[in-house]
Amino acid sequence: MAHDDPAGHDHDHGEGSQLSDTALRVRALESLLTEKGYIDPDALDRLIETYEYKVGPRNGAEVVARAWSDPDYRRWLLDDANAAIASLGYEGRQGEHMVVVENTAKVHNMVVCTLCSCYPWPVLGLPPVWYKSAPYRSRAVIDPRGVLEEFGVTIEPHREVRVWDSTAEVRYLVLPMRPGGTDGWSARELARLVTRDSMIGTRLALDPAELDGPAP
Amino acid sequence: MNGVHDMGGMQGFGPVLREPGEPVFHAEWEARAFALTLAMATPGGWNIDMGRHARERLAPGQYLTSSYYQIWLAGLKTMIMEAGLATAEEMETGVASTPPAKVRRILKADQVAEAMRRGGPADRDPGNSVAGFAAGDRVRVRNFHPTGHTRAPRYLRGARGEISTIHGFHVFPDASAAGKGDQPQWLYSVRFSARDLWGDDANPADHVHADLWESYLEPV
Repeated sequence: MAHDDPAGHDHDHGEGSQLSDTALRVRALESLLTEKGYIDPDALDRLIETYEYKVGPRNGAEVVARAWSDPDYRRWLLDDANAAIASLGYEGRQGEHMVVVENTAKVHNMVVCTLCSCYPWPVLGLPPVWYKSAPYRSRAVIDPRGVLEEFGVTIEPHREVRVWDSTAEVRYLVLPMRPGGTDGWSARELARLVTRDSMIGTRLALDPAELDGPAP
Repeated sequence: MNGVHDMGGMQGFGPVLREPGEPVFHAEWEARAFALTLAMATPGGWNIDMGRHARERLAPGQYLTSSYYQIWLAGLKTMIMEAGLATAEEMETGVASTPPAKVRRILKADQVAEAMRRGGPADRDPGNSVAGFAAGDRVRVRNFHPTGHTRAPRYLRGARGEISTIHGFHVFPDASAAGKGDQPQWLYSVRFSARDLWGDDANPADHVHADLWESYLEPV
């Protein structure tokens, strides 16, 4: 797994490789905490399984696609995101107080946590490394347009870039603009256009021409 | 505290580096460190604010040169030690040399789904408390520099903004991280003009919104 690595991640690369110091430390810690009776190792497996395979940006994509295709749902989502999102089965840890912010012709929204890594887990899963990195956390508030350029997004100068710094337990999800050329698409088809980054606000939803395969 | 975790507006960290097809965890130990941190809050009895504060207290050099889950691991060890659940030496060797502490309960596998679904809501019943500010009020973020945990970022201190919405009555992290209870306060979304924060080079159309507790703010 190639990985630009300014912060000195030490990765172990699976079978046959030496375990890193950190991997050994984590192993020692887990074994100690198990011996002391503080943890149920099966609970750890359950937690990992949940966030590695079950909870991820497909959840958020379903929310966005539903809002694009159902005006009543969109209204509900913007007025009471918690209830509207929970109605699709997504709720809980790190999504206890959801707010959805809508991109329009006048406003482009972008989400950051300058102080740590706050991120709406139930709809996006765990954050990517770049979201938690010093470059993003430092620059999103002072140079949002520069960051967006790096993601390939140019926002017209007169259009507001509105950055949401997640300093409390409120979690933000961006409702991107629905791409053109999607009239008559089902919510399921639309969801394929909704990327994780478009819901953080560092990119736009995909153009239909960017889809790489036939609709499911 | 004015730590290096408080990164908003800092310069010199370079471009935002992305990894195509990034996995959720880059190594098995990251997954274990993540899960240990979540699971240990049950026997440890600490809250999310204490967890954040434990990570923020890492020495600045260590914080900046550690990966994300290395920071989590270090924060977890700090909390385990401070709660008297294990010694540093035990955690390093993995071998218990002291008897286990008495804990009220632990997180069992069959409780995980419900615990994650429930989460940890931060809003509290305001009772008779009335919000001191209304949408549209002009406010200034106080010029204060607490040595403990705070969620008032440095780049906003002293800045003028406008109350955008009232989120509700939420646990006050500055108190909660110090083990002083919830001490809930009104929480607001406050809107700042990029020009007010960063000067004339900023685009006049742009704004930053941050979530700030009432005691961080003063009327203008």
